[in-house]
Amino acid sequence: MIEKIEVPALARVEGEGGLYIKLKNGQAEEIRVDIYEPPRFFEGFLQGRFLQEVPDITARICGICPVAYQMSSVQALESALGITISDQTRLLRRLMYCGEYIESHALHIYLLQAPDLLGKESALELAAVAPEVVRNALRLKKIGNDLLKAIGGRSVHPVNACVGGFYRWPDVEPIQALLPELEWGLEASLETVRWAVTLPYPDLELDYEFVALHRPDEYAVYDGEVWSSKRKAVSVDEFDKVYLEEHVRHSNALHSRTIDGNPYLVGPLARLNLNHEQLSPLAQKALKESNIKLPLCNPYKSLIARAIELVDAYETAIQLVKNYQPTGKAYVPLALKAGVGAGASEAPRGLLFHRYAVDAQGLVLRARIVPPTAQNLPRMEEDLKSLVPQIVQLPHAEATLTAEHLVRAYDPCISCATHFLKLKIEED
Amino acid sequence: MSGSYKPKVAVYKFSSCDGCQLSLLNLEDELLDLAGAVEIAYFLEATRAVKPGPYDIGIVEGSITTPHEEERIADIRHECKLLIALGTCATAGGIQALRNFTDASRLADNVYPHPEYLSYLTKATPISEHVQVDLEIWGCPVNKYMVLEAIAALLQNRKPNFPPYSVCMECKRRGAVCVLVSQGIPCLGPATQAGCGAICPANGRGCYGCFGPWPGANLESLTPALKDLERYPGETARLLRNFAGYAPAFRKAADSIKE
Repeated sequence: MIEKIEVPALARVEGEGGLYIKLKNGQAEEIRVDIYEPPRFFEGFLQGRFLQEVPDITARICGICPVAYQMSSVQALESALGITISDQTRLLRRLMYCGEYIESHALHIYLLQAPDLLGKESALELAAVAPEVVRNALRLKKIGNDLLKAIGGRSVHPVNACVGGFYRWPDVEPIQALLPELEWGLEASLETVRWAVTLPYPDLELDYEFVALHRPDEYAVYDGEVWSSKRKAVSVDEFDKVYLEEHVRHSNALHSRTIDGNPYLVGPLARLNLNHEQLSPLAQKALKESNIKLPLCNPYKSLIARAIELVDAYETAIQLVKNYQPTGKAYVPLALKAGVGAGASEAPRGLLFHRYAVDAQGLVLRARIVPPTAQNLPRMEEDLKSLVPQIVQLPHAEATLTAEHLVRAYDPCISCATHFLKLKIEED
Repeated sequence: MSGSYKPKVAVYKFSSCDGCQLSLLNLEDELLDLAGAVEIAYFLEATRAVKPGPYDIGIVEGSITTPHEEERIADIRHECKLLIALGTCATAGGIQALRNFTDASRLADNVYPHPEYLSYLTKATPISEHVQVDLEIWGCPVNKYMVLEAIAALLQNRKPNFPPYSVCMECKRRGAVCVLVSQGIPCLGPATQAGCGAICPANGRGCYGCFGPWPGANLESLTPALKDLERYPGETARLLRNFAGYAPAFRKAADSIKE
């Protein structure tokens, strides 16, 4: 019987982390998702910076989801200043977010998680036997990057979003020129859902508390109310009264739990289960045709949730691109004043909360950032605990891969998580 | 490096956001050809498969911020024939190096409940402060085509062809109106290495220097000129002390400002 599962360096995740499971009589005695990523002190750097610098700086927390950091931070700062942005701004931000979902989800589905389900070490290895699958995956991903580039100048750390709106309305033509590719992407994303449901997922059904933003009128990504499958909804401003961070020493990390001590889940499964009625028409159709029973409670199947969200992102992007005809000023001028404000959006990996206090000169006094991966860490450990009894009899390499795959299915973004994680580098 | 031999490439991550490594995976049209031209022997973000060193080309993302990273970079230098520093974290310390201008322990106290458990260096430093670097590719993030050009150049045994001018040249070339001259917006473009495509001025804002100082920059003249245009107190110093703030030329210029 297996006594220990150890993955010193997780591959195909964003950032540096490891996995350690110690077993006794077939039960998990100790489980750790280790974080090696060094501390980067973002909240510290932000103190004393001018508020308009914040979206540029927080983008650097994560190269895969910089837009999420920009969107949560501009909303929090606009709330602190009491600014209301225009509808056009909101729609363009929503479109930008579609670009990020497309590149991030296509990356995770095909390049990071699918190799586990297909018995490959990487998408490059997959390309040797199924080059068309990988070529289409890369094209699917590229369209998201192209959309980000057309709006923000580049896909990693785009430069156009600011507190109050955008520095400049992006030109209409390069955005609308993407329509044929977006139409292709929509078809390819529907095909992705059909393919995703055929993959051989490990069995694991768990009882989750799902937490995600919600809106009655659209699939909540850019903004919304904080919904939970097990408690009543709260506003973004009240988020950190209900969802708390606690210091867990063994894991060297701050872990999020609900006010009554439950670990909870954010991300694609939570969003799909809470908000499937708000999906775009074709995404709803794809969901229906896939015969998936909701709530979807198998963490490995978050790949399917991502695939359905990919359809939603493509279909929503097409609508927004078709209607993109900006007029007037691209931003609301800033009237500086002292204040405190919170903002949240749904990063591809889950709810991302920011809160800032600024002084009358527009300088940041305090910053607080709660990234999705940090919220999911306690859940990951709970999931691993539930997984252990069914993998102890497997050959060691297979058990290790199944555990590793579970962590990877979360699409953990360790660079994101660590800028606030409490961590300790263990010296050997 | 020629003939049928495929050079072994290793990609390493230090303190960073992953965005520069991602630029390799964002080479969607070229990735499969690239994987055919070189052997990707170690690249954890992309593959579980790890082939043992030594490697022909090591690509390093991130800056050195912990004692463990200090040791690791020395080992990596030994196992790589050529070492490329990828992105402004690796070439100048990046955003992490903002700690170098303040008391790092104060930052730790502000952010972490129990800073005594942290293991970090008081200064975040570029790779070249620790080991010899054969090629630096600047940018926060890097321009993926510059990465491709660097690898192609190494395969062809020639020097990479990087733009030898500042952001201003790229700005003029794309026909953007100068935000500094026409609108009085503080812009680091005249002092910043080209490579991004002048995307900030083209979007109506000033360059924030993320590709690092251009070797021909005249910061002695630019810095006081920017001071006169400040829209809020301390703007010039903050502009210089940003993603490439620890690069010597930007550091010196920021130090010269008397607030």
